[in-house]
Amino acid sequence: MNNSKLSKQMFALPYAILAVVFVIIPLVIMMFTAFVDGNGSFTFDNFLNFGNADVWKVLGRSFIMAFLTTVICLVLAYPTAMILANSRLNKSATIVMLFVLPMWINSLLRIYAVKLIFEDMLGRGFGLVLLGMVYDFFPFMLMPLYTILANMDHSYIEAAEDLGASPLKNFLTVILPLSVPGIISGVLMVFMPTVSTFAVSDILGNPDTYMFGNLINYNMEKGYYNLGSAYSIVMLALIGITTLIANRITAVRGGKK
Amino acid sequence: MKIKAWKKVISYSFLALILIFTYLPIAVLVVYSFTDARSIGVWTGFTFELYAELFSDQEILSAILNSVILAVTSAGCATIIGTFAAVGIYSMKRIPRKLMEGTNQITMLNADIVTAIAFMLFFLIVQFIPFGWATLIISHTMVCIPYVVMSVLPRLSQLNPNLYEAGQDLGASPMRVMFTVMLPQLITAMLAGFMLSVTISLDDFVITKFNSNSEVVTISVYLYNKLKKGVKPVLRAMSTLILVVVTAVVVGINVGQKRRSDKVRKNV
Repeated sequence: MNNSKLSKQMFALPYAILAVVFVIIPLVIMMFTAFVDGNGSFTFDNFLNFGNADVWKVLGRSFIMAFLTTVICLVLAYPTAMILANSRLNKSATIVMLFVLPMWINSLLRIYAVKLIFEDMLGRGFGLVLLGMVYDFFPFMLMPLYTILANMDHSYIEAAEDLGASPLKNFLTVILPLSVPGIISGVLMVFMPTVSTFAVSDILGNPDTYMFGNLINYNMEKGYYNLGSAYSIVMLALIGITTLIANRITAVRGGKK
Repeated sequence: MKIKAWKKVISYSFLALILIFTYLPIAVLVVYSFTDARSIGVWTGFTFELYAELFSDQEILSAILNSVILAVTSAGCATIIGTFAAVGIYSMKRIPRKLMEGTNQITMLNADIVTAIAFMLFFLIVQFIPFGWATLIISHTMVCIPYVVMSVLPRLSQLNPNLYEAGQDLGASPMRVMFTVMLPQLITAMLAGFMLSVTISLDDFVITKFNSNSEVVTISVYLYNKLKKGVKPVLRAMSTLILVVVTAVVVGINVGQKRRSDKVRKNV
């Protein structure tokens, strides 16, 4: 018995080794690169660049872009998911598939489609980049929202109705709180990816739409690996923090229930 | 009743608007792949000219081929390693299991650009893996494995835990039990993980950009390089071709799944 358990665990060994070599060690190397200068001696200089106003400007712009993208996606996706989940359309796999199909299409191809139609209309800039981001990330907001709303236990909603709650009150006190985990995973799938994407801004933007992802990409392309690594570490930290906060909120909500 | 009818009209109009927003750009792309106009808005007559150009463009054809080879190879490797890993992880005790699952989530949660740069710095230091196919297959496989693990793990909890031991008690080696007892039961989950991996690899742009050389160009990298500069009309034909193939595959898989679940329902 014990022996068989052990032999079974060994099946994970190849992946464990690969993960250490190709996931953990590269991150350690990146961390190391961020804390040395061109000659390999220890320094904090790469991070001191955050004293630079331009870096803050780029970071601020990225957050504004990510915030707007997330809010617009949420405002458009929530009603879409709710209508899809509550109507008879829910039974028709074809209709639901129509909405999530774009998720399977290469995102650069979709950005190209946006460029083709809207570039002449809007001109390259903040508006066009925002449109491209929303177009690119919308299905990733819709999917988790639809999943949670379609699988929601309807007895809660009916109970509230029976107890005389108005549709608005029912939505605010029952449906919305129950859908929080879906909202959180949607936000996670849109917010940080917007901050770190550089292709959308490269293709639809101008120098005024330079994002944090572009900053990292620029430094790596120019061979400033130390600086690029430092920015990547900051990115990594931001992702870590947002994920922790999201997990925290989901856990607290789950605990309440 | 009246209010209900209005509600329906408004909801369906909203859905229609979202669908138009989603498909208008794609539709224009497809329609304009049948004319050789330089830009959108001027229709210079129906022609297959762009498709003729597409199928004689060696650069594009090899990019498509490269993408497919890379996706299938990486997804295949990821499916094998990931499935074995899932079986192993499932039988682990709490702490090592948590550790493995945590590690598994790193690349899933991390930004593509950070993962890509970490790989690149690693390959720069470990010089004996040259940038190109080798680095691409390794990085894509590593990015895909977590999704295979996540597809297979839930299925394992539905299996009869005694089957593995039974196989061993009957004298089969662990490998043999794996191949004759475990894998046949996991095949659907493995297939789901494989397809997810193919999609992730085909869709990837950032990891490929940082971990390739100038010779191995995939569709995503090709598109990025072209789109940054300006747009060639032939890209419309290329995009349409990709759209048709992807749609056919996704629809095919969904129809297949539906048939299977209908069959199951009938039998129950």
